[in-house]
Amino acid sequence: MTAFSLDITLFAVKLGLVFFVILTLAAYLVFAERKVLAWVQDRKGPNRVGPFGLLQPLADLIKLLTKEDVVPGGADRWLFYLAPAMAAIPAILIFSVIPFGAPVNIFGRDLPLVVSDLNVGLLFFLALSSIAVYGVAIGGWASNSKYALLGGIRGLAQLISYELSMGLSLVPIVMLSHSFNLADIVAAQKTVPFIVYQPLAFIIFLLSITAECKRIPFDLPEAEGELVAGFHTEYSGMRFGLFFVGEYINIIVLGGLAATFFLGGWHGPLLPPTVWFSLKTLAVAFFFIWMRGTLPRLRYDQLMHLGWKVLTPLALVNILITGWWLALK
Amino acid sequence: MQIVSDIQAILGGFRVTLAHMLRRPVTIQYPEQKRIPYPRFRARIVLTRDPDGGERCVACYLCSAACPVDCISMQADEREDGRRYAAWFRINFSRCIFCGLCAEACPTMAIQMTPDYEICTRDIMDLVYEKEDLLIDGCGKDASYNFYSHAGIGVTQPRGAGLEESKPVDVRSLMP
Repeated sequence: MTAFSLDITLFAVKLGLVFFVILTLAAYLVFAERKVLAWVQDRKGPNRVGPFGLLQPLADLIKLLTKEDVVPGGADRWLFYLAPAMAAIPAILIFSVIPFGAPVNIFGRDLPLVVSDLNVGLLFFLALSSIAVYGVAIGGWASNSKYALLGGIRGLAQLISYELSMGLSLVPIVMLSHSFNLADIVAAQKTVPFIVYQPLAFIIFLLSITAECKRIPFDLPEAEGELVAGFHTEYSGMRFGLFFVGEYINIIVLGGLAATFFLGGWHGPLLPPTVWFSLKTLAVAFFFIWMRGTLPRLRYDQLMHLGWKVLTPLALVNILITGWWLALK
Repeated sequence: MQIVSDIQAILGGFRVTLAHMLRRPVTIQYPEQKRIPYPRFRARIVLTRDPDGGERCVACYLCSAACPVDCISMQADEREDGRRYAAWFRINFSRCIFCGLCAEACPTMAIQMTPDYEICTRDIMDLVYEKEDLLIDGCGKDASYNFYSHAGIGVTQPRGAGLEESKPVDVRSLMP
């Protein structure tokens, strides 16, 4: 086997593994969410399919695949078909820049445990997270439904108010690690994770990514009580499933990013690096689920108020303080 | 400081949900676990018999009249000795709301509620219970009660000979 074909094979295996793990994890995150929410409400949650209900995601998948794929009358057919993919693909793509383990040595060559070791990984993430909202907006617009349209518009307006504070909360990270590369950012946290230096930025980032993956208390684009199901009101079958799975992939990816930026990435004692990364990611995901079981949905103007008048100024002040501190050091 | 108390309130909410997460669920997993209903639980309706083994029902239509959803119907008939009974008696359990008003209305303790709540079927017509489905071989609650030994109107005793019965009033005299 030539060196080139070995490289290709290794890369393909890594890609396939990441893809498989992410999708499986997303499916089981749905299950975990239903379980945890049930526990919060003193219920048992799904436990009928398989042992402890563990085959529930499979049953859901079969149900979604065999359901009728309805397109509402007057809908923009092509955009309607495209939108779920546009919502799910950027979420998966973001994971390509996240280092999920220490570089390993296989067949005499160093294999970095990251799909693409991009030198502007952080900017790539910011760009893709902005693109992800197109799926929401286009899906809402193409559905020819008032609820979906309002959900899509809310998604867009929400993006503008949280994206800013999310970007600004990551500036101190770049200042501390002197790099946009996520592998370098992880390497800079070898001794102390950035959450110790940047607790404020971590909170701002956590709130922003909650809005980013449209979770309670910032799930205004969906808002069951007001907009039926928001932007995916008119979707059924696997197209709805794609939106749904996209949301959970987003949770995993953003949890992974929170782990990478603030919680020290794959660094940790005793356990193998990949396990540490998974633990941190799942801890953030658990926090999201816990938050969903606890907090009510914010009103729309409250989200705007929080984004523009609280988080963005706080993030700016945080940058100033970090700069001052770095200059003094 | 408003913000401090706000943050405290939010964290308090998180604490409550975490405490509930660790609590045992209250779910009763029905087909496997069945809760035992209380003795006076109101479910499937039965027609009971008196201690002598005869039907208690005298087809007075009071249950049918009391029923808010009109699910009880019957046809009254009379035996040769004057004892009334229901020629047919029908309860449509697909309409019944298990309010218990029929059992309350019944003057002879014939119609009674039982705690047997598992009466669902695949075919809705199976929920129409006829008299032979409703009749049981026991007295149910109030086992010793026998309506005719108290009233005894023209059946087991002559008029006015029942246990708590006064002599018939002579309506033609003006005496009290």
